[in-house]
Amino acid sequence: MSTISPADTLLSVRGLTASVDEKTILHGVDLDVAAGETHVIMGPNGAGKSTMGHVIMGDPVYSVNKGSIFFDGQDITNLSCDKRSRAGLFLSFQAPVEIPGVPLSSFLRATLAGRESLEMKGKQFRRRVTELARELNMDTAYLNRELGVGFSGGEKKKVEMLQLLLLQPKLAILDETDSGLDVDALGVVSRGMDAYRKSTDGSLVIITHNTRILEHLEVDRVHVMVNGRIVREDDASLIPWIDANGFDTFEREAAAQLAAERETANDAAPARDAAADAVRAAAAGLGAGMVQSLRATLDASGAADASANASADAR
Amino acid sequence: MTKNRTEVADIDRSLYDFSYGEEGFERLDAGLTPDIVTEISQRKNEPQWMLDMRLKSLEIYHRMPNPTWGPGIDGLDMDNIVTYVKPNTEQKNDWDSVPDDIKDTFERLGIPEAERSYLAGVGAQYDSELVYHNMQDTAAKMGIVYSGIEEALQEPEWEAIIREKFMTLIPPTDHKFAALHGAVWSGGSFVYVPKGVKLDFPLQSYFRLNAKGAGQFEHTLIVVEDDADLHFIEGCSAPKYNVANLHAGAVELFVGKRAHLRYSTIENWSKNMYNLNTKRARCEEEGEIEWISGSFGSHVGYLYPMSVLAGRKSRSSFTGITFAGTGQNLDTGCKVVLGARDTSATVETKSISKGGGISTFRSSIVATPAAEGSTASVSCQSLMLDDISRSDTIPAMDIRAKDVNIGHEATIGRIGDDKIFYLMSRGISEEEARTMIVNGFANPVSKELPLEYAVEMNNLIKLEMEGAIG
Repeated sequence: MSTISPADTLLSVRGLTASVDEKTILHGVDLDVAAGETHVIMGPNGAGKSTMGHVIMGDPVYSVNKGSIFFDGQDITNLSCDKRSRAGLFLSFQAPVEIPGVPLSSFLRATLAGRESLEMKGKQFRRRVTELARELNMDTAYLNRELGVGFSGGEKKKVEMLQLLLLQPKLAILDETDSGLDVDALGVVSRGMDAYRKSTDGSLVIITHNTRILEHLEVDRVHVMVNGRIVREDDASLIPWIDANGFDTFEREAAAQLAAERETANDAAPARDAAADAVRAAAAGLGAGMVQSLRATLDASGAADASANASADAR
Repeated sequence: MTKNRTEVADIDRSLYDFSYGEEGFERLDAGLTPDIVTEISQRKNEPQWMLDMRLKSLEIYHRMPNPTWGPGIDGLDMDNIVTYVKPNTEQKNDWDSVPDDIKDTFERLGIPEAERSYLAGVGAQYDSELVYHNMQDTAAKMGIVYSGIEEALQEPEWEAIIREKFMTLIPPTDHKFAALHGAVWSGGSFVYVPKGVKLDFPLQSYFRLNAKGAGQFEHTLIVVEDDADLHFIEGCSAPKYNVANLHAGAVELFVGKRAHLRYSTIENWSKNMYNLNTKRARCEEEGEIEWISGSFGSHVGYLYPMSVLAGRKSRSSFTGITFAGTGQNLDTGCKVVLGARDTSATVETKSISKGGGISTFRSSIVATPAAEGSTASVSCQSLMLDDISRSDTIPAMDIRAKDVNIGHEATIGRIGDDKIFYLMSRGISEEEARTMIVNGFANPVSKELPLEYAVEMNNLIKLEMEGAIG
């Protein structure tokens, strides 16, 4: 559905199906991000948003069962995550780990080693890192502390943003699932994103279920994920709508879709048609002009709800 | 999905495994007889009491059984151990006059650099004899004696001190290898720090084994008098041979009233070495001993530095790390005797096991009836890098006093996949990520070492970690 032509696409995810412990989390996800664009992946808790970020980065906990990930012209589906990082991909973690005994500065130094354009001498490195720490309002004393050990949530977030600015990736996925709950973390992330956009022409994919983090940010595209599927894609106008209405509509829509699929599998034609009608009605209610169609959407989603119940009864 | 295994059973230790020919070196026949022991003593021109001690020790050695409670030492063939190999050089004080091949060996081990950096006296042992010894002027001017132990025996003043202390903390009757040491000891260091003298740079001794099948039985005797302060560093590395090698050194440390001694060591023995080393310290009133210990290499190791807190308010702290890889069975730990009122001890150890390596931590805390008001805390953290390795903790406590506070904690863990993923997502390779985490784990020990030794220890861990991904 994307309007981006393949030539401009920096990241292209096609039909991505991924699982953990034989439980499928992502069901055939597509995502296209062009260079310099800012995308947002939103959705309720447990929708698979963070998993999506981790799978794109190459977390070996997840198995990719189907589909492909292309980044910067290269098929990275089977590439180890260190190589993905070196190709210019970055993921900021929702819950960064603690590595006792490893000073933050040594770790940062190691992340730069062997990166031709970024590797710098000791003095230059220290100056750069100090500069970035100040930019993020971070106490430079943290550079000598053990990575993550005893850091508050806000401090951990600063370390993530510091790495974003230091590594200057071509595309950064920011997993900010919970950041909306913490005012400090929110400020840190906003500052980090600003600095990143100013210093590079890199792309951003922000994973969140809270719209506050998106204030003052120019968003090109919004993807709504429910139950491991992208159920909706639209421009930035979707954000205030979600702000006002939450994800209920999408969840009902997805439930209906799921029911329809199940019915298809069971070859129960009448129920499937009813569900499909409801989905079409729900989809029709959503568009670029959100506000005026709000009422229609709510009606339509009511219908979807009813049809979901109906299909459940049918079984 | 199968990952490529990069397991390398035997890592590249070429940096540490090199040796030179033995032309001109004298070798005594294998096998231990009173004649050999007498010859060793005569060559060293030792006082009669030392020869008597050697002969008595030899008797005890033949009488005592091998230890039956630790890792097996069946692979140790005493007939293969040539106990004494004397290098073809006499004692030198001047670096330029040391023969080239020996110099080259030392250079590859970083001795001159260490000397330059610390501007301290360096005693380095090549095979069983001290060949290079350089006393830093400042230390000498302060009245500190730092010499080879044989050399010190020739000085009546020092001979009296040695005679009073030698093998009193570790008597030959202590165990079979203490007896062996008493019979054939050779080389090592004697350090004497007079009352109130505080040395503000570390004294270092770097020694290594070179000859095939040679055992190493160096003796370190350090006396730090009342109110004095010393940091002594011992580090060693050995080349690898197929013949079973034995190391049975002894370290005796005497810490006076209100005196302080820090004894740091990195042991890096080749993977066929039987390291049966004994180290002990005795602290008088308010005296303090600090042990920093890194144990690498060797096939089998028994190593339990012991502190005897004999004086009121004396203190002991032990910080140690053990790395057991493929084919290694390392039994290490610490012993403390709380022998007076208000003494205190801390024991903090880390152990790493990998590739089927076995690491056993043994601690023994004894509180005598005199130990009222004393405290001890023991903590052992183990890291297992795979499913085939093994890690055990065997703490023993024997409390015979009222009002003592003794605690023990042990944890055994693995490297979390989430940590590996995090580091790799920043462009760090899996092997580097694991090494980084293990080095971090070892950091409480390496941060206590002077920079060069800390770097060497990190390099050793890096070497050991090669091929750790499976």
